[in-house]
Amino acid sequence: MSISRRKFLGWLAAAGLSTSVTRTARAATTQHFTGYPDSVGVLFDNTRCIGCRKCEAGCNKVNELAAPDQPFDDLAVLDNQRRTSARSYTVVNRYDQVNYLKGPLYRKIQCNHCLEPACASACFVRAFAKSKIGAVTYDETVCVGCRYCMIACPFEIPTYEYDNAITPRVMKCTLCYPRISKGLLPGCVESCPTEALTYAKREDLLQIARERIRRFPQRYVDHIYGEHEMGGTSWLYLSAVPFRQIGMREDLGVTPAPELTAGALSGVPIVVGMWPVLLTGIYAISKRKEKLASEEKELAVTTAVEQAEAAAEAKLAEALAQADEEKKKAIDIEVQKALEEAARPETEEAEKSETEEDS
Amino acid sequence: MEGTIHTLQEFMFHTESITYLIIVAALIAITGFWLFLNGRDEE
Amino acid sequence: MSEDTAATGKSYFTPFNIIAGLIVIMGLVLTVIRFTGGLAATTNLSDYNPWGLWIGFDLLVGVALASGGYVTSAAVYLFGMKKYHSALRPAILTGFLGYALVVLALHYDVGRPLRLPYPFLVQQGTTSLLFEVGACVALYLTVLFVEFTPVPLEWLGFKRARNLVVKLTLLLTIFGVVLSTLHQSSLGALFLIAPSKLHPLWYSPYLPVYFFVSSIIAGLSMVIFESTLSGRFFKHKMDETHLAEKDTIALGFGKAASFVLAGYFIVKVIGISAGNNWHFLQTGYGAWFLVELLGFVALPCFLYAVGVRDKNVTLIKWTAVWTVLGVVINRFNVSMIAFNWHLPASERYFPHWMEIGISVFIVTVGLIIFKFIVNRMPILYEHPDYKSAH
Repeated sequence: MSISRRKFLGWLAAAGLSTSVTRTARAATTQHFTGYPDSVGVLFDNTRCIGCRKCEAGCNKVNELAAPDQPFDDLAVLDNQRRTSARSYTVVNRYDQVNYLKGPLYRKIQCNHCLEPACASACFVRAFAKSKIGAVTYDETVCVGCRYCMIACPFEIPTYEYDNAITPRVMKCTLCYPRISKGLLPGCVESCPTEALTYAKREDLLQIARERIRRFPQRYVDHIYGEHEMGGTSWLYLSAVPFRQIGMREDLGVTPAPELTAGALSGVPIVVGMWPVLLTGIYAISKRKEKLASEEKELAVTTAVEQAEAAAEAKLAEALAQADEEKKKAIDIEVQKALEEAARPETEEAEKSETEEDS
Repeated sequence: MEGTIHTLQEFMFHTESITYLIIVAALIAITGFWLFLNGRDEE
Repeated sequence: MSEDTAATGKSYFTPFNIIAGLIVIMGLVLTVIRFTGGLAATTNLSDYNPWGLWIGFDLLVGVALASGGYVTSAAVYLFGMKKYHSALRPAILTGFLGYALVVLALHYDVGRPLRLPYPFLVQQGTTSLLFEVGACVALYLTVLFVEFTPVPLEWLGFKRARNLVVKLTLLLTIFGVVLSTLHQSSLGALFLIAPSKLHPLWYSPYLPVYFFVSSIIAGLSMVIFESTLSGRFFKHKMDETHLAEKDTIALGFGKAASFVLAGYFIVKVIGISAGNNWHFLQTGYGAWFLVELLGFVALPCFLYAVGVRDKNVTLIKWTAVWTVLGVVINRFNVSMIAFNWHLPASERYFPHWMEIGISVFIVTVGLIIFKFIVNRMPILYEHPDYKSAH
């Protein structure tokens, strides 16, 4: 592929402008992040891919991965849909009858090196990081093996060495980070005989892709997969057929993964700040209620006691008064009786003397 | 160029790290403050 | 099951001990296989299914069911409901054992368990909700441990130490509720990062709320459930207060659970509405969702209410079992059944028998320790030296 000098300089200028924009945009979370300037990427064009699997072989060689069960030139392997595994960072799948006019189509699967990687957001030891050059790297020296990165990745890319009992690792495409840091091409790009893979700065790749679509509108679906998906990826795709027909999800949305969890994370400090206040308040209220309840109870008890005492006293006074009266009455009766008694002997004597006189 | 934040991930790592430190400090501080507030209460 | 052997001569071969012993032996063998053959030898985990039963059950269900600790502490110490005092220690013991076993289970699940301290000591992934879960679980386990220490301290006779710890109760309770709110909700929040993998009826920005509220429901129900089991198997250990308060606890916690279930139901319906996901209810997964929502949220809400109004403690006890089952089903749904719903059947996950074996082993270890502690330490009775006035 050749570019005119003018075009190249034009792209350089555009790149320069965009970097100045990122430098000035700094605010709160409402700000928009545009990623590292000069970040690289790879453009995959499935109108050029012939499914030769040389990229798989190149990747395997460059990363010194274990030899596969079938050799890389065995194209019967393409009869089955495959996914990445702990022994292959990348696989090519064949899609038949997606559009019979265009024959079988192929898709190369590997880590998309997202601009806002879900794996990096999810990892609780920061084993994943988006490097400045653009590769999403993995640090096996800190990985605990929790596999949350595998849950998080929307493209279902990371794999795990489940059969390694002592030192299992997460395995995924590294964008050949050591190689590209030295200015070399990634292993797959270098191996591709048809230039289905193009390695350049991401911004340049977007321009290239747009240009291809513009020049050959019949050949391509008018969409660069990875431009915005999940907030944008470094691996970009052009396709002759709708992407879902070559096994790529079109429902992932454009929200970057870190945004999906930002809401929940933001609640954490608020709970820490407010819960102690609220809970202490509840405690104070319930303690106060208890205190009031026990005070009320005490008051009720003392009132009841007082009332009972007063009633008892009143009863006592009544009883005493009554007793007094009865005593008085009894005394009166006795006095009356005594008087009667006193009066009786006189009358008896009077009667006796009367009768004595009579006899 | 060094030191500017280019990705949301970088931004959130920065803010969340500071937030966690604030959380730990806040928990300790509010405990101390609570003890201070209730210091003279006779139970 | 069995009765305690303390009564007559010491025979260790009770049915419980035999079965538990066999399970422990199986568990030890499986442990060796796990750490010599790796996860491949003992699990059906795959690159599509990195989390399985040990996360779905041991972690998610384990943490949800251990929430009786913070719920009961809050009820007694913060809301001042002293009539539930006898439920405290069993709940805290369950909580402490539950969380300790979750940490044990994690050693089986993660690829490099010796590195579990790394997120705190080596490199902090502060953007990760798993970091938050880990930090809160570690801190809360510490809180639970301290809350539990009065029990062995009383048993061992260390009065001063015991009284010192008891002074910290209010502080520990508040910390406990704060930490529990955080990690219960964050366990749900873990799945926020994978909207493309969790079925829309279960995926919602409200996942943290769902998990937190259902943890309260699980805690209340577990306390009732355990009180039932203790009343059956540890009756001889329960003092008068505990025996007398059992029904009060069932009625009180049943009422609370009914109300919280009602709130949970409302929140879940709001979640469907917020995502405009009504049409999913007509699908197969929708039917299953309705089973969960109507059969395991609405129904127990109603049954608890009837039980409370009619003072039917038996109904409340069975509803508690059903509710706990409902929480288990919910956690299974979020982590294994509705998760990866988009994958073809050939790629779906079902646990390996060894995964089930290890999980059963871990639960059995918990039961053994629970039985040991309840039979010897003041959990279901008050230590005579510390009779509190209440």
